[in-house]
Amino acid sequence: MVAAYPITPQTSVIEKIAEFVANGEMIAEYIKVESEHSAMSACIGASAAGVRTFTATSSQGLLYMHEMLHWASGSRLPIVMAQVNRAIAPPWSIWADHNDSISQRDTGWIQFYCENNQDILDTVIQAYKVAEDSRVLLPAMVCYDGFELSHTAMPMKLPDQRDVDDFLGPHKVEHALIDLEKPSAHGSLVTPELYMEFRHLIQKAMENAKVVIKETASDFSQRFGRNYESQIQCYKCRDVDVVIVSMGAVSSEAKEAVDRLRKEKLPVGAVKLRVFRPFPKEAIQELGRRVRAFVVIDRDISFGMEGALFTEIKSSLYTLDEKPLVLGFIAGLGGRDIRVRNLTRAARKALDALRKGVTYPEEEWVAVKE
Amino acid sequence: MSWIKEIPNEENLFSGTTSCIGCGATLSLRLALRILGRRTVLVVPANCTSIIQGKYPRTTFKIPVLNVAFASSAAVASGLVAALRIRGIEGVNVVVWAGDGGTADIGLQALSGAAQRQENMLYICYDNEGYMNTGIQESGATPFGALTSNSPGGKRLFKKDMPLIMMEHKIPYIATANISFPQDFVRKFRKALTHVGLKYIHLYSACPPGWRIPPNEIINIGRLAVETGVWALFEIENNSFRLTGPSVNILNQDRRKPIEEYLKIQGRFRKMTEDDIKILHEWIDDLWKRYSELHELG
Repeated sequence: MVAAYPITPQTSVIEKIAEFVANGEMIAEYIKVESEHSAMSACIGASAAGVRTFTATSSQGLLYMHEMLHWASGSRLPIVMAQVNRAIAPPWSIWADHNDSISQRDTGWIQFYCENNQDILDTVIQAYKVAEDSRVLLPAMVCYDGFELSHTAMPMKLPDQRDVDDFLGPHKVEHALIDLEKPSAHGSLVTPELYMEFRHLIQKAMENAKVVIKETASDFSQRFGRNYESQIQCYKCRDVDVVIVSMGAVSSEAKEAVDRLRKEKLPVGAVKLRVFRPFPKEAIQELGRRVRAFVVIDRDISFGMEGALFTEIKSSLYTLDEKPLVLGFIAGLGGRDIRVRNLTRAARKALDALRKGVTYPEEEWVAVKE
Repeated sequence: MSWIKEIPNEENLFSGTTSCIGCGATLSLRLALRILGRRTVLVVPANCTSIIQGKYPRTTFKIPVLNVAFASSAAVASGLVAALRIRGIEGVNVVVWAGDGGTADIGLQALSGAAQRQENMLYICYDNEGYMNTGIQESGATPFGALTSNSPGGKRLFKKDMPLIMMEHKIPYIATANISFPQDFVRKFRKALTHVGLKYIHLYSACPPGWRIPPNEIINIGRLAVETGVWALFEIENNSFRLTGPSVNILNQDRRKPIEEYLKIQGRFRKMTEDDIKILHEWIDDLWKRYSELHELG
């Protein structure tokens, strides 16, 4: 079941699905709802009644769904959603940044971030596998940058339908909330004696998701011949002093930046965060034992603090005896181009700090006009 | 009285709910669920019934129930309907049980969308004319002059007319019903179930604490509401409007009891001035002109 409401730049997704359903290529019920709040609500109803569901949104649409995002995860429904990252108004912007989905990080959704169009397709498939796993049963959003990915044509390999069906298996109805033979009430009042336990179960499911994401990535890589590792994906990270950590389309630029720096024999690698929730704390710690500095690129800002990724990377490294340096950079808000040279300069700043033994506690807003 | 014998005896609510004494909504729910039967899935947005059904892990219901967010019920039900169709599960009544705030105010957008799409569900609005569960605040359906905890001088706006709003959606069946007229009530629920598409039933639901009325008076007050013309019993089947029960008789204004009889026995109307009553009277007369035209058009 697909329920969706149009918003730029998500529209190409729901238009294509409408076309697939109309010409019979996709067997699905398609509900053109009157708002994003209702799109998520319809997915909740359908998922509760035991079918696989999908929706897609962006920016204001995601924010309008906010209440129902909590309802979906609280109901433990494995809904999958494409989330095309777009800046939040006012002022109006249709271009990409991550503040829309980052601001939904506490809704109990698994969050994947994609680097290119092949990554999006492969991640949507993996997202269903992870979300529907009985150890997880949480909704998942697959985030990717508006226009930069959503409206960019790239050559890609389409997996065979049978292989995908085989990989995912049939949707399991035993997780449905609605059973006429065994009636039960869901979402009813819970007193303080039990509310925390419900929340604790979601937290445990998130921890389980870390394992399931890795298993799924490995299974997918074997079956489809494209390499997905776990929550993070490293590029030339062996024996480096500095890693550039980023999410989404910027991760491609980060690889390019690493290649350029390597030509100068500078010890820099790149790390793509595939998954922001559950946060890859252990993987970042493991990396933190091997490298001397993290360059964190945030395409978001948590007002009054700093980039969300910057905060979480530092928090993850807190327990290490020898803490690496962490430098934060806010870049690319509202579609501002993030250039390779912005990233090489950020990496050089880290190398410079290591050499001089200084720290840069202040986060840098890349190329911001004063 | 053969119609009573035709109501299934099987209860779908367990006894011992935590509703207030004399709760018109719960009385209506009990009768409605007897007619709807076990193959019913209930969608309940935030309302008194969210509490009345009891706390986890217990439930008042013998049927599957999904409690959902305030504004989401008709959309959740739309997804449910689609999923049951995908799974080939037939003969299930998907029913929304929402209050007047959840229908006329915060839930209106989702309801309008579902109605336009002709989703196959029964949407029931139990109208107790206010946000009673949160402590008696004014809703779009609160009548003119009524005191609520956030309209201390009495509401200055008129009641939003949900059934007529739904009429413009051209759905197959719309009805008002009132537990004080159970025969009419039962007939309308049965009739609703014969239609495919979105059916809308608007229930008069007396609320003793919210209306400041004695719990043992709710049936009488429900009758008075109809006899004074404050509340009309009607149905709109396939776009054809028809007054039902005693409401037919009071098309003639002379046969209506004075609205003061209805107002004076309810504490919520105690601050209404003579001018207020006159304003309400005119508003009701206008409403009846509309009903009369619609009734004659058929």
